[in-house]
Amino acid sequence: MQKRTIIPIVYILFLMLPIYWLVAMSFKTTNEILSGFSLFPQTFTLENYATIFTDPSWYWGYINSIIYVSINTVISVAVALPAAYAFSRYRFLGDKQLFFWLLTNRMAPAAVFALPFFQLYSAVGLFDTHLAVALAHCLFNIPLAVWILEGFMGGVPKELDETAYVDGYSFPRFFVTIFIPSIKAGVGVAAFFCFMFSWVELLLAKTLTAVAAKPIAATMTKTASSAGYELGLLAAAGTLTIIPGAIVIYFVRNYIAKGFAMGRV
Amino acid sequence: MKTENQKAWFFVLPVLLLVAFNALIPMMTVVNYSVQETFGDNVFFWQGLDWFQQILRSDRFHAALGRQFMFTFLILIIEIPLGIAIALSMPRKGFWVPVCLVLMALPMLIPWNVVGAMWNIFTLPDIGLLGYVLNHVLGINYDMTQDPVAAWITIVTMDVWHWTSLVVLLSYAGLVSIPDAYYQAAKIDGASNWAVFRFIQLPKMKTVLTIAILLRFMDSFNIYTEPFVLTGGGPGNSTTLLSIDLVKIALGQFDLGPAAAMSLIYFAITLLVSWLFYTVMTKDDQN
Repeated sequence: MQKRTIIPIVYILFLMLPIYWLVAMSFKTTNEILSGFSLFPQTFTLENYATIFTDPSWYWGYINSIIYVSINTVISVAVALPAAYAFSRYRFLGDKQLFFWLLTNRMAPAAVFALPFFQLYSAVGLFDTHLAVALAHCLFNIPLAVWILEGFMGGVPKELDETAYVDGYSFPRFFVTIFIPSIKAGVGVAAFFCFMFSWVELLLAKTLTAVAAKPIAATMTKTASSAGYELGLLAAAGTLTIIPGAIVIYFVRNYIAKGFAMGRV
Repeated sequence: MKTENQKAWFFVLPVLLLVAFNALIPMMTVVNYSVQETFGDNVFFWQGLDWFQQILRSDRFHAALGRQFMFTFLILIIEIPLGIAIALSMPRKGFWVPVCLVLMALPMLIPWNVVGAMWNIFTLPDIGLLGYVLNHVLGINYDMTQDPVAAWITIVTMDVWHWTSLVVLLSYAGLVSIPDAYYQAAKIDGASNWAVFRFIQLPKMKTVLTIAILLRFMDSFNIYTEPFVLTGGGPGNSTTLLSIDLVKIALGQFDLGPAAAMSLIYFAITLLVSWLFYTVMTKDDQN
């Protein structure tokens, strides 16, 4: 047993090294970074973070990202809940084909869709809005949410539905007050994955925005190219992008492993 | 079992509309471009299937496709066994379980271009931690902007760093669902570790491993942002994967027709291989 624990420890160390380097660099001045190698920051500075928190073009990047990721998560889970219920409880014409077609949308390379997405969202007047990015990310998040939720719902016995009807519950009341609470963990896991894939995606988010809804990830690439190579600033901005994900994963830590096990997917 | 009910379509309708809006309209745009030639000003000429033939015969496409398959093959052959091995050696219960899970999931939650940028500064020869240690401590000549082999090792290592945890989490979920009684029975029978793995753990992990392999295939086959930020497809064209080449043609050269035809071929290959994987891996369940 003792020998075995070495493997996860070594693996976690391997995962933490690049992250450590990013965080360490964010506390260095750009001068120190370029002047040579140092394992720890020699002149510890918070200046990089100060720049980000005082410059609206920086911190609005974070706000924009959080806005469209939240909208996307809410939309994806809200529409996926009834759909997953239909797939898990009923047979209907074309159900299997529809399910497979939904999943194929996860296979489409975002690079394929970048230009058509730009034209589509410009045509409907949503270009450079949070809603545009939120809706575009539905392409890969809704199929995933349906997939996960359907797995969780399959684990809830049908007797629950029947008992509720016998007790005189209407469908909407049963669905909201009894059924959804019984798959709380599934909703959490689905929301987590929607948050995650919307937060990390850049290509579509960048294509669909210009100024008003520009995500933080895009702000980083533009600043890196225009102001030379401000490594310290880039590292600080990168470090800050890890934090929202870390907070979300902390809340769902107990459901993550279970989430996959329950899904029959 | 499930009851037949056509009204279930109403439950699916919002999903259908939203996904169709995002999938069908752009797809039709791509199909439209793929059979036409344009010289700008919104003037289009019918081109038939010329672009498809041109792409399918071009050496550039074959080279990019070859690199793409090579990359995906390396990713699957490394990440799947490694992920299973790590999941097997993780603690099953106690304080360290959530700690492990949170730390392991962390790389997956970092925006993809930050992953690329992070590995870029990690591997810089003179000021990056990895680059410095390799060059100045171990004395290995390492510079991924010059050496194609180093560039390949770097993008593969980056992806292993980024996504192995997904395989770990999925395999782990399969493992914790095995009741203790199974292990006790195996112990009484005097089964070896290998036998326990082969006949108890592996079958229990099968469904989650199918998802892991499928997800890893799709995502590594469609990968764009991370290697683009890290190497830009270089040195030369050595790490220009399929999607990087596609974006170069579509947005760099603005050759919309060939890019659209290439997109469709690309999508068709992804679909075909995913379907093959899925059929082979779920074949036993049918019988």
